[in-house]
This record gives sequence, C-alpha cells and structure tokens, in this order.
Amino acid sequence: MMELLRFATAGSVDDGKSTLIGRLLYDSKQVFEDQLESVERTSQAKGYEYVDLALLTDGLRAEREQGITIDVAYRYFATPKRKFIIADTPGHTQHTRNMVTGSSTADLVLILVDARSGITEQTRRHAFLASLLRIPHIVVCINKMDLVDYDETRFKEIREEFEEFAEGLDVGALTFIPISALIGDNVVDRSQKMPWFTGPSLLEHLETVELTPDARSEGFRFPVQLVVRPRSAGAELHDFRGYAGEVARGVVAVGDEVVILPSGFSSRVVAIETADGTLDEAFAPMSVIVRLEDELDIGRGDMLASPTDPPIVSQDIQAMICWMSETPLRPGAKLGLKHTTRWVRALVRGLDYRLDVNTLECDYDAADLSLNDIGRIDLRTTAPLFYDEYSTNRLTGSFILVDEQTNITVASGMILPQNGRRASD
Amino acid sequence: MTYQLTHLDALESEAIFIIREVVAEFERPGLLFSGGKDSAVLLHLAVKACWPQPVPFPVVHVDTGHNFPEVIEFRDRRAAELGVRLVISSVQESIDRGEIVEDLTPGASRNRLQTHNLLKVIEEHRFDAVFGGGRRDEEKARAKERIYSFRDEFGQWDPRGQRPELWNLFNGRHRIGEHFRVFPLSNWTELDIWQYIEREQIELPSIYFSHEREVFYRDGMMLALGPFTTPRDGTSEELFLAQVRYRTVGDMTCTAAVESTAKSPGDVIAETSIARVSERGATRADDRFSEAAMEDRKREGYF
Ligand SMILES: Nc1nc2c(ncn2[C@@H]2O[C@H](COP(=O)(O)OP(=O)(O)O)[C@@H](O)[C@H]2O)c(=O)[nH]1
Repeated sequence: MMELLRFATAGSVDDGKSTLIGRLLYDSKQVFEDQLESVERTSQAKGYEYVDLALLTDGLRAEREQGITIDVAYRYFATPKRKFIIADTPGHTQHTRNMVTGSSTADLVLILVDARSGITEQTRRHAFLASLLRIPHIVVCINKMDLVDYDETRFKEIREEFEEFAEGLDVGALTFIPISALIGDNVVDRSQKMPWFTGPSLLEHLETVELTPDARSEGFRFPVQLVVRPRSAGAELHDFRGYAGEVARGVVAVGDEVVILPSGFSSRVVAIETADGTLDEAFAPMSVIVRLEDELDIGRGDMLASPTDPPIVSQDIQAMICWMSETPLRPGAKLGLKHTTRWVRALVRGLDYRLDVNTLECDYDAADLSLNDIGRIDLRTTAPLFYDEYSTNRLTGSFILVDEQTNITVASGMILPQNGRRASD
Repeated sequence: MTYQLTHLDALESEAIFIIREVVAEFERPGLLFSGGKDSAVLLHLAVKACWPQPVPFPVVHVDTGHNFPEVIEFRDRRAAELGVRLVISSVQESIDRGEIVEDLTPGASRNRLQTHNLLKVIEEHRFDAVFGGGRRDEEKARAKERIYSFRDEFGQWDPRGQRPELWNLFNGRHRIGEHFRVFPLSNWTELDIWQYIEREQIELPSIYFSHEREVFYRDGMMLALGPFTTPRDGTSEELFLAQVRYRTVGDMTCTAAVESTAKSPGDVIAETSIARVSERGATRADDRFSEAAMEDRKREGYF
C-alpha cells in the first residue's frame, strides 16, 4: 500500500535547500530529460562548472532573477513505498508567514543547517515554528558535510546545541542526519564517507517514518460541509437526507451514537455513504456522507462528534496567532473567522503578549502585532466554536482570520487550552 | 484494520472536500472541461462530490476551433451522459467578430488567445469559482499557485499577492466581479492521474491511447496531419504513418504525439513510469519558447 507523506523544508538562504530537493528529485529519478536540459542550459549560461540542481526547484521569474525563493512552492516525488508532497518554504526572516503556510498540513519538517555555520537564529526560529505548528516529526539535516571533512565531532556539536534549545520547546520526534546535498551523501544512499553515522539516509527515513497516531483512540469529529437533500432526484432518493463532510478526527461506525453541535441533541449513525457504496466505518481524513436515525435541524458548520469525548464549546477563545498582514493587528479589531466549515465574526479582546521567535521572550507590553509576528490573543466570537486544543488536533484546533474589508487572510490561529466547557458538561 | 489511506484515496478525499467547499460557499461555480484527461478526472470527482445529486454546475469549454475531433466528440457525449449543462466559448467566433486577432505567423498557436474567451465566458456567466484541472507538478509557475487561486476583476493572477492557504481552511471571500480558480488536483502528479483513471475506469478520448496516424516532424515535435497542420513545402517535413498516442490534448497545431503502443491506462503507466520527458516538454510546442512562458500567461488570466 502506497501512503502519502507531506513534508515542509526550512533553512536559511544558501544552506542548500534547493540543492537538496533537486537531489531528492534527481536521485529518485523524478527529473525529466527536458527539465534537466533546461537546468543544464541555465547553469551553463550562468557560467557554472556543474549542473545546479537547485534550479530544478526555482519557480517564478522574479525569484529566479533574485536567485531566491519567495513563496511556497510544491514539489512531488514518489518511491515504491510512498508519495511525497514537499512544501518548499523560504528561509528569510520576513517570511515566517510562508513557513506557516507551507507547514500547516505537514507531517514532517526538514530543517537544514550549514555544517560550517552551525545553528543560527533562523534555525531556532524554524524549530520554534515547527513546535508551534505541532509538526509531528522534525528532521535536522546537517548539510555541506563535505566542507567540514565529514567530521563527526562537528556533527555532534551541532546536534547537541540543537537538542539543548529544543528541550525548551514542545517538539515532536527529532532526527539528525549528516548530509551533503551537493554530492549526495546520505540523501538517498548511505554515505561511505561517514562510516561513523549508522542511521538511515534521509530518503530511507522519509520512507519509513511512522505516520498516524491510532485513530481509534481519538474522539470522532465531523464538521458538516453540506446538507444533502436531493430535490430533483427520483423517488428512490426522496427520503435521502445526509451530511457530507470530511472526518476531521477519529473513527465513526454505523450504529455509533453522535452528539450534534451546537444543538446538543444526539442521534445514531444509520449509514455511511459514498458514491462508491456504503461503508461500515469511516476515519480521518475520509470524505463521506453520514446519515442519522433522527430528522434533526443540522446545517453547514454544525459538527457531529463523539458523545463520550466531545469537543470544547465556547465563544471565548485563546490562541496563538501568526499575523500575516502588512496592517498591524490591534486589540479591538473585528475580523471574520473560519474554523472547520464555520464562519463567525470575532472581536480581538486583548493581546496578551508578542513572542520574540528568536529569543522566545514574551513582550507583555506589546501594543500590536505586525507582519510575521506571533502572539497570544483573546477572542470573543459571535457564535460558539466547537474545537479541540490545537495540540491535540490540528484540524479542529486551527482557524484563520480574515479582514472583512479586503477579504484577505490576515492570520492563522492555533487554539490554546483554557477553561472552555466540554459539550458533555 | 489500519486507519491509513492509500495515496490515491487521500488525494481523492482532498479533492472531494475542496469541491464540496466550493459548492457550499460559492453562488455560481463552473468547471473547465477540455475533454482532456485531467478534466475528465476532475469531472469524475465532481460527480462523486455531488453524489447522489447530479452535478449542479455547468461545464465550460473554451474551444479554439483547432481541437481534435475525437476530443470534441468525447466532450459532448460525456456532458450528455451526465446531464450537465455544457457552455462553449468559441475562439473562432471571437476571431470572426474581430474581438481578437489571430497571429498568423507559421507555428503560432491559438493557446494564448484562449485567455480572452475564458475571461469573457467567466464574465458573461458571472462565474465566481471556476474549477480547473491544473496540477502543480506540470510546470514551475503552477507549483506556486494556491488551490483557491484569487483573480481580480481583470482575471489576473498576482503571484506575489497570494492569500496564505492554511490547513484545509479555504478562504473564498471576494467582491463582485472577482473570482477564484480552484484546483482540486493541485497535489496530483501525472502518474497519480493515470493510476486513478485505471482504478476508476474513467473513460478518455481515444487519442490518449495508441493508434495509427499520419504524422510529420516539425521542430522536433511529431504533429498530426489535419485540417490545420500540413507539412510545409520546401522543408524537410515529410508525412509518415506511426503508432502514436497523446499525453495531453490541446490544439492540433501544437500538440505533439509520442510514439507508443500503450492501449490501456495500465500500458500508459508502464510507459510513463519510465518516460524521460515531461508532459509539457514532450508535447506542447507553445510552452517551449520561454521558461517564463506559463507565468506570463497565467498573470494575464490564462488557465
Ligand atoms: N560543498 C557543498 N555545497 C553545497 C551543498 N549544498 C548546497 N551547496 C551550495 O550552496 C549554495 C546554496 O545552495 P542552494 O541549494 O541554492 O541553497 P538554498 O538557498 O538553501 O536553496 C550553492 O552554491 C550550492 O551549490 C553541499 O552539500 N556541499
């Protein structure tokens, strides 16, 4: 069975990110001849003596001209074991928002470190963002090992320094791999030049890393996308009434009891349907139609959930947000908020603090959040949200904020634990 | 029981989720349907997403007038089978009416002219969301495009001003006159498409599979003999019979065939998995003129 792994890449400019991705595509034979030819042509035109694999991943013209990546670009490759989606996100300070965008759905983040310069402010910021976004796996690739004579001591120094500051963060599983993206050491094949390293190559790691937690242990969440009530269809569908959506967490089986939010009524699942037939159970992230025993008033944005392990229901939300707009956020702002399939309006009641992503210090006197700032805010919404803490579920614990004048997405939010009421209380 | 989806199931579920979000949040969606394999997959997913109801929105074709007849036949039949409304915007009619001027230099294609008709049909039908079958693996400019791709009132794409796209929280809010291009197949690769076509037994126009055809070489591309393409006198362009198939369907004037014996999706997969030339590089003459060709075109409002 071939699975899907989504990962994001992060690193400072010139750490070798583009070269590494080019190398992964090239060594896993995902580069077509014409693409390679075009890259060879460009490399020659630039006067390089080697083929710059980094060019394989450079997208828009402006970026090519500046020689940097400025936005998130997606790349794809597959091995017989897995299909990979890479979100390539740029490294420089002003683009925290891009890393957040590229990593929000990632199962894993790959952080590049130049073996010569070691851990930098950027590395710390990337590690912090990975912890903030709850990316389950972090792989630190210590690159350009060829330039430090494949020295084990240097590798260990960097690893220890990373581990030390990562202790203060809530990061997922940590893996360190010494590589040379340019030459290919430990990228796809294990390197002969670093016999002291006994771990897997980067690709081996990507192919085998454990993906999902046990879905059964998590309470079921099903935000309703659409109410399905065929009107035009024939008599056989006359009584059809179902709720279409994607399972956001856990498992649901026919016969299960569910609680409906916000009404609080409960009902029983009588069928789980798809265009391909009926199912006995469905789990995240399957798109299905759920049918219930009782005729209830349920609409888009409502949620079906486990009655024994329900979400929190509250209009008062505390969250960490990443501000993504040029116009700063000040307390008192009113914004559109989308959470699961639900739009509400939100009032920013307070800014608790702004977090310095480099030092991790909190500025409690901050008056606003500017572009790329991260901070903790208090929100009051026009209607309750049914949510989980972001740390326990990314889909039911996240939201976006939208400027109601420009319609632009201005923030990504991650809901924090607090004294909200469980739907069962 | 393991609670883990295969890559195709995960991609399918993601696409269905996206289509349902659009159905729920937009007033006037449309689906671009060229009759090509990506749009055939897209339409198949739309059918699944809307099930058990019929697809409620129209399918739209920008017809350059230079299409393969097999593709036009397939387009009409598929739309009729599904009972969906087919909206056709004809580039030929726009040329005849003098709205656009055809570039008559030899080798020029009508691909770029499609932008005019695409924007016109969007305006006339007041579409606020238009599904497209674009994939990010096709081309470098696409690799950066969002799934919900915002277009201003001129239909333009601003690669630097894209809205951040987070988790599965799509923001489709817009003003009147603005619209979104929505790409549910963003994360699919050419191989995924073929594997899905095989698994779901999705029908395609016959030119996707091996057949015999009269062709000739022009600038390294194998072009079909047809009403709009004939070998030029005084050149080395010579007609010959070959076993070919097409990897994309576009204008007959600029879509090249590849030699192939593949008779089924399975055969195509076997060939694609070892193919050394990318889909566009192999078969779209018009994309080769510049690395930045697609980016420029997309900014103007192209697919
Ligand atoms: N010696 C050496 N040079 C490398 C390695 N990886 C990348 N480079 C070089 O470092 C420079 C920056 O690499 P690039 O991939 O463009 O960095 P990016 O800005 O992180 O995408 C280029 O000149 C690369 O050739 C490596 O492993 N060893």
